[in-house]
Amino acid sequence: MATHIPFDQVHAPEEIGDKTQRKLWLEVLHEWVTTVDHKKIGMMYIGYALVFLLVAGVEALLMRIQLAVPNNSFVSPEVFNGLFTMHGTTMVFFVGMPILFGFGNYLIPLMIGARDMAFPRLNAFSFWISAFGGILLYYSYIGGSGLYGAGSAPDVGWFAYAPLTAKVFSPGHSTDYWTLSLLLTGIGTIGTALNIVATIISMRCPGMKMSRLPLLPWLYLVTSGLTFVAVGPLTAAQIMLMLDRYLGSHFFDTQAGGSAVLWMHFFWIFGHPEVYILVLPAFAFANEIIPVFSRKAIFGYPAMVAASVGIGFVSLSVWAHHMFTVGLGAAENTFFVLATMAIAVPTGIKIFNWLATLWGGKIQFTSSMMFAIAFLFQFLIAGLTGIMLSVAPFDWQLGNSYFVVAHFHYVLVGAILFMLFSAFYYWYPKMTGRMLSEKLGKWHFWLFLIGFHLTFDFMHIPGLLGMPRRIYTYEADRGWMIWNMIISSGAVVQAVATLLFVYNMVWSYFKGPEAGPDPWDAWTLEWSTPSPPPSYNFAETPEVSSRRPLWDLKHPDDPDTDYEIGPSHRKRAKEESA
Amino acid sequence: MSDVAVVPSSANVAWNPPARGIVGMACLILAEASIFIIFIVAYIYYIGKSLNGPTPKDVLSLPIFTSICLLSSSLTVHAAVSALRRGQQRLCSLWLGATVLLGGIFLAGTAHEWYDLIYNHGLTISTNLFGTTFYSLVGLHASHVVVGLIMLSLALWFSLRGQMHHHHSEKLEVLSLYWHFVDAVWVVVFLVVYVLGR
Repeated sequence: MATHIPFDQVHAPEEIGDKTQRKLWLEVLHEWVTTVDHKKIGMMYIGYALVFLLVAGVEALLMRIQLAVPNNSFVSPEVFNGLFTMHGTTMVFFVGMPILFGFGNYLIPLMIGARDMAFPRLNAFSFWISAFGGILLYYSYIGGSGLYGAGSAPDVGWFAYAPLTAKVFSPGHSTDYWTLSLLLTGIGTIGTALNIVATIISMRCPGMKMSRLPLLPWLYLVTSGLTFVAVGPLTAAQIMLMLDRYLGSHFFDTQAGGSAVLWMHFFWIFGHPEVYILVLPAFAFANEIIPVFSRKAIFGYPAMVAASVGIGFVSLSVWAHHMFTVGLGAAENTFFVLATMAIAVPTGIKIFNWLATLWGGKIQFTSSMMFAIAFLFQFLIAGLTGIMLSVAPFDWQLGNSYFVVAHFHYVLVGAILFMLFSAFYYWYPKMTGRMLSEKLGKWHFWLFLIGFHLTFDFMHIPGLLGMPRRIYTYEADRGWMIWNMIISSGAVVQAVATLLFVYNMVWSYFKGPEAGPDPWDAWTLEWSTPSPPPSYNFAETPEVSSRRPLWDLKHPDDPDTDYEIGPSHRKRAKEESA
Repeated sequence: MSDVAVVPSSANVAWNPPARGIVGMACLILAEASIFIIFIVAYIYYIGKSLNGPTPKDVLSLPIFTSICLLSSSLTVHAAVSALRRGQQRLCSLWLGATVLLGGIFLAGTAHEWYDLIYNHGLTISTNLFGTTFYSLVGLHASHVVVGLIMLSLALWFSLRGQMHHHHSEKLEVLSLYWHFVDAVWVVVFLVVYVLGR
């Protein structure tokens, strides 16, 4: 079977001519609002997430200003409670999820040789309902106290433990805005996940067997599978909370025999798989970017797939490691300690595979690759502190301290955000047709790296010294001041680096060098289309016969088909032995 | 050398990935199942933990007739799909009508049960933990029955107007999968609420 990919030249000239005509802004707006094109929806997801990234970043900065010195009164305790709740909720639900689904939306149909997602209209619906959820959350600043007075943000923490969320302790409507916005985004999330699975299973181009699927769609498949079983419980728990608050039911009402611990279980049955929902797409980016800039095929493709599926399954049985301090009992603690440690095994396999991919490669230190390499180191450290915290007695000591905050920010920023930046430098040329400035990219990388390590390396120390999370200020004699000062100054450096990145994106959109269809000399199908791709993606449906179809096309004398294990490989081996 | 070796493999292997509708519905069922599991876990966890009455033993009776109706509607919707697949439109309408009727009987049974519980036994969602978990679990299931009935009625409407054809059978099958799921959930709810919990 031959690889058949019509490369670049097949697109009609009127397609290009169309773009030069200037459209009224109303027409453009109408086009974006009514679009069902997976690329436009993907970019809207990304743009929407970037806006919320800046909003939640400002919230983080405000908190860091407040905590920089002891006995500070930059913000009031009430505002501080709102800030950490909104920061956490926004970053997880309105930055992490949409940005990852945005990349998935954009890339998956292109990578599997399809013209769109399986359900384009469901795709648009999912985006808009998620977007509405985010707006609803922030509307609480205006409407959060209902008729009683001015608005207030939700202030119950991002995991909203019962019974704090009960009507008695959280009067007004701020908690309801939180609940409703999570319910709505939950619907959008499940819709998109469903769409991704159906697209990957049913829309692959001829020849793209599951054993030839690029690793990015493979990992999105696992992420989406996790989404169903994780967001479902969250939705159920939110329904229960609403019934408690509005119809007077007693799910989490301890006065009537209800259980506050049950909420913790339900929330973390969602909450822990959620971490993997967020990190698996980061792994997916690494799986595409590291091989291309090492100029080698990914090492251990089957092991990567197996490890991802393994992570998916194990991640469903670790949730109570967030609850060691509750006092679950020895048997439960032992189970969740061991399950949590076990997840390090498939994760370790992945790290070794990436290292083996780098090994002996001709490594190109582009901005994208530098972020990816930083990701490898930082993800390792984040995993190691994770194993420390998985030891129940250690967690009893440090649970709810800044050590925990440092650990999960190491995952979310050090691993996921770094890999997201890497993905931006890698796929921005495909999405816009322009290269991002490498010079600004290097500045962005080094500044962000320094800021990140200033903040999150040093954040472990006040945790070890006993500083609890979520306090709004502290006494000067605790000895935490110098550490908090360093953490806060690092946050400012990160903010500057992020602004540089935003500037780079805007500047490069107008002034960046033309990218052409395949600036990185890469191997997956999205690089066979022009940049940006036309609305129909592929003029002719491609046909593939290996995991790296563009390699086969560029090297017809030495195609991958000869090396990948499969029927053709066995046939060739048989011929050679005959 | 045999002739087989020179034929490209793509000529032999037909490219038939699974239908997207079926895959999508399977995903939705997985997500819905996880929602139901949480409600069922909450129900089981709170069995016997109510601080005051009424208890399930006092007020619940087995809804055997309506359960039989709901479960047999799985058979009728399956019959409707296979009738459409064979191109028998009128038979399809008949079976769809039977499905809607059976689903409607189930819903009426639930309505009657709730009326009885609320007005004769004074059990509401805020009475105790039994009321809380009972109404939310059975209500969640009933709301899925309502959604299913709306979609089945739409299908029946199209079928009666003669707008449903052989090539729609896959879409009707996707809908029937949802209906089978709703029925299967009822088996679990029945066992938990009326057998285990009583």
